[in-house]
Amino acid sequence: MNPFGDQLLNVITFVPLAGALVLLLLPKEKNELVARLATVFAGLGVLVSLPLWFAWQSAPTDGHGFRFVFESNWIPSIGAKYIVGVDGISMLLVLLTTIMGLIAILSSWTAIQTRVKGFYVFMLILQTGMIGVFVSLDMFLFYIFWEVMLVPMYFIIGIWGGKRKLYAAIKFFLYTLFGSVLMLLGIIALYFYHEKVTGMFTFDIRYLQAMGAWSGWFDLQCWIWLAFFLGFAIKVPMFPFHTWLPDAHVEAPTAGSVILAAVLLKMGTYGFVRFSLPMMPEATKHYLPYALTLCVIGIIYGAMVAMVQKDWKKLVAYSSVSHLGFCMIGIFALTADGITGGVLQMLNHGLATGALFLIVGLVYERRHTREISEYGGLWKVMPVFAVLFMIMMLSSIGMPGIPGNGFIGEFTILMGVFALPQKFWAVLAATGIVLGAAYMLWLYQRTMFGELSNEKNKNLKDLNFREIATLVPLVILSFWIGLYPKPFFNILAEPVNKLVAQVEQTWQYPDKVGKLAGDDVLVRLDELEEAMPEEGNEVH
Amino acid sequence: MLDLIWLIPLIPLTGVLINGFFGRRMPLKTVGVIACATVLIAFLLSVGAVVQLAGSEPNPDGLRIHELSLGDWMPLDAVSVPWEFSLDPLGSVLLLVVTGVGFLIHVYSIGYMAHEKDYARFFTYLNLFMGMMLTLVLAGNMMVMFVGWEGVGLCSYLLIGFYYDKPFDLRTGLTCADAGRKAFITNRIGDFAFLIGVLYLAINFGTLTFSEISERVAHAGPGAHGLLVGVGILLFLGACGKSAQIPLYVWLPDAMAGPTPVSALIHAATMVTAGVYMVARMSALYAQAPEAMAVIAAVGALTAIFAAIMGTAATDIKKVLAYSTVSQLGYMFAACGVGAYVAGIFHLMTHAFFKALLFLGAGSVIHGMNGEQDIRKMGGLKKKMPRTYWTFLVATLAIAGIPGLAGFFSKDEILWGAWSSGNKIVWLTLAAAAGVTAFYMFRLVYLTFWGTFRGGDEAESKVHESNSLMTVPLMVLAVLAAVGGWIGIPKLLTFGKDINLFHHWLAPAISLPHGDGHGVEASHSAGLEFGLMAVAVGIAVFGILLALHVYKSSTLPQKIADTLGPVYKLVRNLFWVDELYKFAILKPFYAACRGFRWVDIHVVDGLVNGTRNATLGLSYISNLHDRIVVDGLVNLTGWVTTWLHRMLSRVQTGMIQTYLSVMLLGVFILIAYYTLAG
Repeated sequence: MNPFGDQLLNVITFVPLAGALVLLLLPKEKNELVARLATVFAGLGVLVSLPLWFAWQSAPTDGHGFRFVFESNWIPSIGAKYIVGVDGISMLLVLLTTIMGLIAILSSWTAIQTRVKGFYVFMLILQTGMIGVFVSLDMFLFYIFWEVMLVPMYFIIGIWGGKRKLYAAIKFFLYTLFGSVLMLLGIIALYFYHEKVTGMFTFDIRYLQAMGAWSGWFDLQCWIWLAFFLGFAIKVPMFPFHTWLPDAHVEAPTAGSVILAAVLLKMGTYGFVRFSLPMMPEATKHYLPYALTLCVIGIIYGAMVAMVQKDWKKLVAYSSVSHLGFCMIGIFALTADGITGGVLQMLNHGLATGALFLIVGLVYERRHTREISEYGGLWKVMPVFAVLFMIMMLSSIGMPGIPGNGFIGEFTILMGVFALPQKFWAVLAATGIVLGAAYMLWLYQRTMFGELSNEKNKNLKDLNFREIATLVPLVILSFWIGLYPKPFFNILAEPVNKLVAQVEQTWQYPDKVGKLAGDDVLVRLDELEEAMPEEGNEVH
Repeated sequence: MLDLIWLIPLIPLTGVLINGFFGRRMPLKTVGVIACATVLIAFLLSVGAVVQLAGSEPNPDGLRIHELSLGDWMPLDAVSVPWEFSLDPLGSVLLLVVTGVGFLIHVYSIGYMAHEKDYARFFTYLNLFMGMMLTLVLAGNMMVMFVGWEGVGLCSYLLIGFYYDKPFDLRTGLTCADAGRKAFITNRIGDFAFLIGVLYLAINFGTLTFSEISERVAHAGPGAHGLLVGVGILLFLGACGKSAQIPLYVWLPDAMAGPTPVSALIHAATMVTAGVYMVARMSALYAQAPEAMAVIAAVGALTAIFAAIMGTAATDIKKVLAYSTVSQLGYMFAACGVGAYVAGIFHLMTHAFFKALLFLGAGSVIHGMNGEQDIRKMGGLKKKMPRTYWTFLVATLAIAGIPGLAGFFSKDEILWGAWSSGNKIVWLTLAAAAGVTAFYMFRLVYLTFWGTFRGGDEAESKVHESNSLMTVPLMVLAVLAAVGGWIGIPKLLTFGKDINLFHHWLAPAISLPHGDGHGVEASHSAGLEFGLMAVAVGIAVFGILLALHVYKSSTLPQKIADTLGPVYKLVRNLFWVDELYKFAILKPFYAACRGFRWVDIHVVDGLVNGTRNATLGLSYISNLHDRIVVDGLVNLTGWVTTWLHRMLSRVQTGMIQTYLSVMLLGVFILIAYYTLAG
């Protein structure tokens, strides 16, 4: 099932990078060869990631719920190690990344005509960066991957983008860099505080997560939480840090938009799940009302702004703001259902919005405009396209059963949020379901229905085999999650329950907040040592 | 057979796959046959399942029910939702109506849609609808029902917008696609409330399975009363969307943009009754929440009369029937609201027969009139389309409540249920609505089939009767509309002998307040019941006679309209409800959206760009400072040095004469200084 042993995650992470290196060796003029080879490497990336799914049950965990862990010394002088490993949450995100990466590359064969080689090299480097973020179990390593990812995306938008590509690329880069620098401060603060208490310099996420159980560092926690919050909230993006997104999406080439929506935005939500919640549970609870408020504003505001967009891509971009608000409100509900739903919805949003960007890209390639008013009546000339668009639109608006994945996510989230004592959060969030249908159906109607009145649209070709092949996997996955999501729930149950326990553990001792007693710390140290992975438990 | 009920929804879905993938390349006939065959198989399976259910042993509560689970679907922390299906007497009625009437309408559609280009697409949608409707009916829990519930809504959206490139209502500028979207969004508003209700149920009772909900709410205790009333009203709001009740009925009249068989199947016989079905399914919950039932009764009765009045002024043959449907659905809800669930479901069934027949008849008329739908341009079609006429007349008599026909029995049972439950106002409203119903239906018959043709000679010459693919289903439905009511004949009319099969079959599936298992059958005087029946029939006959009197004359209708003046205008414009929604909700909403867009560009992004500009500005100033002040100082030093250098270098001419001259000059100055100073 898993031919790579404990090297599995290394293989998954670096196959794309190896592909990029191979591409670099090819002559520049061989555009077709470059595109095909890039696709082969992305496909290889998917293949090597499959053992994650199929060998999941049989893989041992490291005692912290992480599997396929690989550990090696890296920079001993500062305690930074090369540690990779995945739990159910990151495993699903890695699979999403490899699949969406392949689809994004496959969708670029005809769309990218200039500097072809550079494009695919950047796409593959980006792929390695994104996977690296999800598999890192060392915060230093995590941060490196986090920043590495920015660079290729910057070039993808800045070189192959639309008219205002430079504005968008620089805005994207600076905005997210601003956030990640603050996050770096947070990481360093955590690192030193961990050393102050335990005497151990480490970036190991598994040890740092144990800090969530410590009491007595509430004030510091709050500062660090805010620093992380800015870093992640910009990436998600949560209202009011979202304005880089429409620009980046609109200007990016199709593949860039797909990756941006499907994977890059998940970095932020993933960050909350992996760092803010387990490491700083008290601060999370302290800022919860504000965070929930921003989520609700994001859901409603994003949907309402999407309602009145004239640009097809911008509409989908704002729908992302709304949907990510939904993911975040689930996560901030801090209940098992809420977090499970939030993670599921990350996948669903990746599939649905990734597909919607592909769909915009397909017509953009034919007509070179994104103005909704330029279209109308496309069903007549592109019926296959129209049906696939319909299915993924229904996924996006949370139709149960057809294909149903969006509904599963939304319902699970609402269930989780509804467990909060204040019912109005769920009620407000649920309005997103009505609004989502409103703007999406209107978009669909304006583009696919109506008379085929625009001369330029009368001879549009329906999708060819390659184009269908980019969308069909997303349709199949959507139906799968919609009709039989049980495997996903099973995989998520363990990490989510652990996370909920981590968040709740200090919840039970609110009286200790603000006191740092020496004895207390010593007790915690003992527990910490017990919690460390023993040699025998480690995966080899 | 009972263990295979989950197959029943799947069979039409195979039709979706076949026709969806290959339909465009298959001959039209094959497409139609596949679509009909899947529904026929579903119907036969349904009959088999219901027969087997009838033969099975009832559980201790006297209820025959078969439940099965296909495994987990959403194993949530708060509530686990399996793929559950169940069949009980309530579901069996819907099951047979949906598959039976559905099959007839499929057959009819082969004829009706014969000239359509998008034949395969139509039958794909239609089969998808059947699959979803059967999922809704056979669902064993609220979420599986919700799959069907939303699924039929989607099919409704797709089928209303089937002619997606055509305008629909020239007066309002609505296109068919608009009408479909309106239906979907209006339904979603109801579903929003429905989902909130479901969340309350799940959190508080830990289950969404119907049988478990029934059991747990029954033992919920008085503390849960407020919760149950709230949930009951939220669920009913969902039903208001699906079943077109006030305030969410506005989509149904516009749903007539779809092809007529769709109006018959979805917007008359099956989908729109889903709300009633759901309320009846939740009767155990409503039994604990009489206040919610009162709301249902009030909304139902109000909708019944309100929509009936709107039906009197409509001039589109299908819109008359659409308002009639809204009104009749109001009857069903009113029945549920007063606890006469059996009567409500009975009416659901008879209504499916006669209203499907009316719509299919209207479709036949439209087909025969080559697309004309305005009844002001019809008249005298009786002779040209005899089969359509006679079947239409049977359905009209049935809906008007003429004794012996299906509608009479069910409507009478509802009226009696309202009276005997003590809701005299509901009774009065419904009885009045019955009169209005008889009036607008005979107005329709008069203007369409009687009198003389008003559409011009050319149009008249083209009028033709439809082929037998269309008229045979009409005749089958006419038989059902005529005799379908006898299955639920009241004891009163059988000389005290109880042969009301329908009631006996259905009653165990229903829970009523106060543990009263037989609600409306409680002791009453036969004379009173008979008297009320006579009054209801009298009202209906009065409505018919009035219509005949008014429309016999060619000038009287106009005169009445003129006399009523503003009242007529109000009705003709449908009480301006659409306009009210537009100005009170939609316009402000869109304005808010545009406002937010402005805020996004100028405030939120403005801050970001402002930060950028501020940074750029600061950089500019730093740059200036750097260039002028810092660099200036550096350069100044340079300049000064250069200047000094230039000055001094002049001195260094390298010529002995100059040096000597300067030296001499110096000597002279020194001598002069010391001489003068000394």
